[in-house]
Amino acid sequence: MATETTQTAFKKPTVTIDRGNAVISLREVHKSFGDIAVLKGVDLDVFKGENLVVLGRSGSGKSVLIKIIVGLLLPDRGTVRVLGCDVDKLDTRTLQQLRSKIGFSFQSSALYDGMNVRANLEFPLVRNKRNLTRKEIDEAVAQVLGDVGLSQTINQMPSELSGGQKKRIGIARTLILHPDIMLYDEPTAGLDPVTSEEINALINKVQKRYNSGAVIITHDLTCARFTGDRIVMLADGKFIRQGSFDEVFPSDDTRVQDFYNYNFITKA
Amino acid sequence: MYDIYEFLLRFYKEAFLPPYEYKEIINQFFDVGIRSLSIISLTGFITGMVFTKQSRSSLAEFGATSWLPSLMAIAIIRALAPLVTALIVAGKVGSHIGAELGSMKVTEQIEAMEVSSTNPFKFLVVSRILATTCILPVLAAYMGLVGMLGAYVNVHLHEETSFTTFFQAAFVRISFVDIGVLVFKSAVYGFTIGFAGCFNGYYADHGTVGVGRAANTSVVVSMFLIFIEEMLIVQLVNSYLH
Repeated sequence: MATETTQTAFKKPTVTIDRGNAVISLREVHKSFGDIAVLKGVDLDVFKGENLVVLGRSGSGKSVLIKIIVGLLLPDRGTVRVLGCDVDKLDTRTLQQLRSKIGFSFQSSALYDGMNVRANLEFPLVRNKRNLTRKEIDEAVAQVLGDVGLSQTINQMPSELSGGQKKRIGIARTLILHPDIMLYDEPTAGLDPVTSEEINALINKVQKRYNSGAVIITHDLTCARFTGDRIVMLADGKFIRQGSFDEVFPSDDTRVQDFYNYNFITKA
Repeated sequence: MYDIYEFLLRFYKEAFLPPYEYKEIINQFFDVGIRSLSIISLTGFITGMVFTKQSRSSLAEFGATSWLPSLMAIAIIRALAPLVTALIVAGKVGSHIGAELGSMKVTEQIEAMEVSSTNPFKFLVVSRILATTCILPVLAAYMGLVGMLGAYVNVHLHEETSFTTFFQAAFVRISFVDIGVLVFKSAVYGFTIGFAGCFNGYYADHGTVGVGRAANTSVVVSMFLIFIEEMLIVQLVNSYLH
């Protein structure tokens, strides 16, 4: 088993990545909507314990990519292997079983409006592990709420939470099943810098605590730099750069330069 | 039209194949019932009272006010109770279902449910359609009774008719076929309300505008279909049963 220990720049904590164990493997994935080709032959490997950041402009196909990984969208061509299973070839029941090992944190948090925080967190647990006792459920809820630092919100409704709290509860809901893979769709979008940093720290904490492979979709370079062990940049339906943050930026490619400059000029 | 056909087909497939969402169906059953109970009680009582008051003068011209209880029973049980109940539930529950599923769709809650290894169609759609289909006959029967109570109150205010005499006179013209038709009609209306609400909500798009449109379309379409169904069922019943 080829493992390595990395210490990337910018306060990224030390993590152990199992380079011999790809939890997600995409080969020649194509996806179009009508005449618009969004993905044009994407190849990708994500390893156990690794945080992979997918950078790209809005509409570049980042969200499509993770929806393909979790089977919410089917690719037009290519293979998508997740935890050793071909996602596009699974029947409904097997796909549901696979999804119980994948945590998906939505851009909008997607908390169930009609349920309080406790019910939101219990939902995936009681749906997937039907023989749990009340005590076990309560313990699991308390544990993940503690992990995201929001134990006091247990009886609150989603409408009573701030944007950052919603994101963290959304992440807690995915953690309750101890997923092998985490997928984050724009985890810091719409948040202030301080809350964004808290979310970044939480993503790193999750990586270290659960040793999960993760795909983080973002256009926030601070998030990419702080959370990513490896970064890929998606443009024109293909990955145009990949490596560590310092390897990807700077670049001679104007698409990468523009992205980098725009991010930092905007922040400045 | 193909989307409607596909949705209908999927509903039957998911409704009959296990696993069954018993708990959610019962939740929805009580939710729909409780949400409509107060308004149905009020409108049922008023409908019974007003309809009796309006009919009294016409029957009095022929000296036939003694027919009032049976006329009210026929009007309320055969026509008014299922129809008025369905229209109220379409407005109150149909719009709620359309808006609820629509907002869940546009805020990615349905996708979140899907990635939580839950079949959102079974959990959200099948449970709601079954709930409206099953609860509407109960609500219509309840409205029939409350409507008859309203009719009795009006009759009692004019004549010293006892409760027992009124209801004996009322139900002399009502048969089991009438009760069966009430249950059947209400179930059809319930299915229509649930189906229209779920279909429009489940396929809602374009953000909050789409949610509003889903709620609105659910009510308009279900009310329109209820009137069409009422006409067809009455034709069938009159041709073959009465």
